[in-house]
Amino acid sequence: MSIPPTPAGPALEFDPPLSPVMRIDCPVRLDYTIAAGREQSRFLRAMSRGHLLGRRCPECRKVYLPPRGTCPRCGVMTAEDVEVQPRGTITTWCVTNVPYEGQVLELPYVTASVLLDGADLPFYFLIQGLPADQIRMGMRVEAEWADTLGPTLDSIRCFRPSGEPDADPASYAEHV
Amino acid sequence: MSREPCAVIGVGQTRHASRRKDVSIPGLVREAALRALDDAGLTFADIDAVVLGKAPDTFEGVVMPELFLASALGAAGKPMMRVHTAGSVGGSTAIVAAHLIQAGVHERVLTVAFEKQSESDAMWALSPRIPFQPTLVAGAGGYFAPLVRSYIQRAGAPPHIGVEVAVKDRLHALRNPYAHLHMEGIDRAMVEASPMLWDPIRYLETCPSSDGACAMVLASERAARGAARPAWVRGTAMRSEPTMFAGRDAVNPRAGQDCAQALYREAGIDDPRRQLDTAEIYVPFSWFEPMWLENLGLADEGQGWRMTDEGATALGGRFPVNASGGVLSSNPIGASGMLRFAEAALQVRGMAGEHQVDGARNALGHAYGGGSQFFAMWIVSEERP
Repeated sequence: MSIPPTPAGPALEFDPPLSPVMRIDCPVRLDYTIAAGREQSRFLRAMSRGHLLGRRCPECRKVYLPPRGTCPRCGVMTAEDVEVQPRGTITTWCVTNVPYEGQVLELPYVTASVLLDGADLPFYFLIQGLPADQIRMGMRVEAEWADTLGPTLDSIRCFRPSGEPDADPASYAEHV
Repeated sequence: MSREPCAVIGVGQTRHASRRKDVSIPGLVREAALRALDDAGLTFADIDAVVLGKAPDTFEGVVMPELFLASALGAAGKPMMRVHTAGSVGGSTAIVAAHLIQAGVHERVLTVAFEKQSESDAMWALSPRIPFQPTLVAGAGGYFAPLVRSYIQRAGAPPHIGVEVAVKDRLHALRNPYAHLHMEGIDRAMVEASPMLWDPIRYLETCPSSDGACAMVLASERAARGAARPAWVRGTAMRSEPTMFAGRDAVNPRAGQDCAQALYREAGIDDPRRQLDTAEIYVPFSWFEPMWLENLGLADEGQGWRMTDEGATALGGRFPVNASGGVLSSNPIGASGMLRFAEAALQVRGMAGEHQVDGARNALGHAYGGGSQFFAMWIVSEERP
């Protein structure tokens, strides 16, 4: 078991021999201005008032939160604002133990797919308020709002167990 | 729709490693390209066009690397293009190259894919700060771990399946001199003892970060005349879907199912479980072996883990998967999909060396990317279509 040699071109020779440049670091930076768009702007303004504003597709009737200007399935413009509740059901989750560049949260932390009441697809949120080994599919959670609200999803600090009984598995089966 | 026959007549890959300090990015792609040309008995002068693929530019911070790699790949004065479909890119790059042959545009196309993870930070690049949102998802593992948990729940799979795949693919890699990981003595206890990175995914159930490249020479029927052992492209397929939409099944994505069915139709395969002999499937986290077996229709829904558990997917089993060691043993991201396609070709050419699947006549190469939303697949055969 061996690797055949790579057919090579002529080697470069220097006199006197130079020590090779093995590596240089070139930090890259990108500053940009983003336009949130019409539907997301309404959503972000509602966030700063402590409301979750979704958007319904006129064809499939599905409610998106965060809202979409067009329905990803039907390709038509969404037409109707729908208030979504700041509570929902955990459909699946992950405990992150691995450090990484740009990490903000303390390890380990739990993130979960939460199907909010009134929305038709789950969204990832940070879960706090219970040990990681007690989290489960079907658990009911509610939003804990930040002290200062603003036009950002950071207005929700995290989700915590709401104390309600677990959801009926049939109510979230297609989202697991 | 008539297509010109297309054959793989040359395959080359680098020795994959966590740090290939001995070569630059141009040196890395050239190592794979020269091996593929050598295998085909050709030189750069014989090539009509070059098709290059790699994962996002943010990884190495080199924007449009095809510009600076043109000279290293002998592309001066020739058509050259770059393909980008996230992690599936190695597969879709090979498919674009195959289509240039099948469309009758070119006779010999060199296709190359690479990643030099030691010069990049993929974990950073895959943990984006999305405007107006907190940063929650930690790299690819952070995205895929909840899907793995959903699969385990839905299939009722026992927890050791992920461990079994992790051991099996590393045992396969011991037979592949190009593989990044050569873990002598790997066993279940080692995998089980490794840290839980993204619960339920352990460290040793995760792919490594690799530097590496893969290349193939694809040829028309006329140009393949005289090639000792061509692998004929029997079918190709690509499909995609959005990351998020209501009713999306991210565990068993529709795009993957549709891609596989379109592939089997084009290849004239009615019963893939019997007509395919082996597969190279893109499995970056061990649980994705049973998940993709089901998505590809190679196992019934909820039953893929039984194939793993019975040993069917190990070398010597009835349907070996990732005889090369797979992505779990070498992961130069942009090249990982092309390695699946190239290893499938090596199998039907009978040139896979110590990881050869006995009597392999038809093999599947599979790649996926993004949030399980881009799929690229091909079937290669020892028989001309």
